[in-house]
Amino acid sequence: MAMTMHVDIVSAEKSIFSGTAEVVVAPALMGEVGIHPRHTQMLTPLKPGEVRITKQGGEEEAIYVSGGIMEVQPHVITILSDTAVRAHDLDEAAAQEAKLRAEQALTDRSGEIDLAEAQSQLAEAVAQLQAIQRLRKKTNR
Amino acid sequence: MAGSKEIRTKIKSIKNTQKITRAMEMVAASKMRKAQERMSASRPYAEKIRNVIRHLAFAHPEYKHPYLQDRAEVKRVGYIVISSDRGLCGGLNNNMFKLALQSMKEWQGKGVQIDFCTIGQKAAVFFKRLKGNMRASTMHLGDAPSVTDIIGSVKVMLDAYDNGEIDRLFLVHNEFVNTMTQAPRVHQLLPVAADEDDKDLKYHWDYIYEPDAKTVLDGLLVRYMESLVYQGVVDNAACEQSARMVAMKSASDNAGNIIGELQLAYNKARQAAITQEISEIVSGAAAV
Repeated sequence: MAMTMHVDIVSAEKSIFSGTAEVVVAPALMGEVGIHPRHTQMLTPLKPGEVRITKQGGEEEAIYVSGGIMEVQPHVITILSDTAVRAHDLDEAAAQEAKLRAEQALTDRSGEIDLAEAQSQLAEAVAQLQAIQRLRKKTNR
Repeated sequence: MAGSKEIRTKIKSIKNTQKITRAMEMVAASKMRKAQERMSASRPYAEKIRNVIRHLAFAHPEYKHPYLQDRAEVKRVGYIVISSDRGLCGGLNNNMFKLALQSMKEWQGKGVQIDFCTIGQKAAVFFKRLKGNMRASTMHLGDAPSVTDIIGSVKVMLDAYDNGEIDRLFLVHNEFVNTMTQAPRVHQLLPVAADEDDKDLKYHWDYIYEPDAKTVLDGLLVRYMESLVYQGVVDNAACEQSARMVAMKSASDNAGNIIGELQLAYNKARQAAITQEISEIVSGAAAV
């Protein structure tokens, strides 16, 4: 019987695959790599592509990953799959957007944030008014 | 019968309010179940990536990543604060803000300046009023937050750390203990604090890095940060729903109590009116 190793493929939002395998072929950044059991420890980013797993008994399964990171230990392979397609430009754009939102939140005088703030200020004012009225009643008596 | 009509309309309006709170309670209960599932679904990734990071701490790579090195001098710290988008969830957000402020005050006491990144609308509103330096903001994640939504905000803070604009990064969020209990927590994200409780991997070894250590570690640590923040977001979502469920349940119960009291007052008023009428009739008859 062929030797096997444990394979886990997980993404941040869910677990995709977990089981034993004889061979794993993954799209590493420098080119496709085939990993057999008792491979030395390795850490490599993955390109978007197909991970082919030959399960115990010879059955093959292919799983698409949109990039990620693969850790190889002699008997355990962990693939941390990305949920989104990552590229430097895309990340940069997302960061810019987040910055913009922060600036908007600080300057925007309309929209929902303002409404929430106005509500809290209104609640404060109402509480103050009530206190004043209570005081007046007391002094009138 | 002067007060009885007013009491009746009051009872009716409170009953309507009770209907709303009860509906919100049930919606929150079903959403909570889904949020909890999402929380447990995200756990394997977080565990696996933490394992890899722990292995790295023992692997003695020749390249020391800045995220793993402590900076001696701290001039500015960053906080990522995760809150809910909507209110009506008890003291959930306020308790967390209190803890965040406490932790910030400690730093300010040492003359350290503070930057924020907010995730969730409540945090954005709260820290806007504080007039702090808000670097990034994400809102309206909805009931099913995804990693894509937070990548931008996390990157802003990581870039600030890379450029030396902040020397430490903290994450503030609510941790889901159980349905009744949510605990606000402050975690240090950067620099990564290595825990040394594993003794079984003590021998000297290192990974093969493809293509090189820097590329691999950069990618890995950025993902680790994102995974931690995402976990915080998912945790916080579960907290929000369970806190809302509990708050709405107690609101429904309170409405029930008030209705009971008002019903009693209404019955008394009605009885008094009837008694009065009878005594009027009787005295009228006696006079004839």
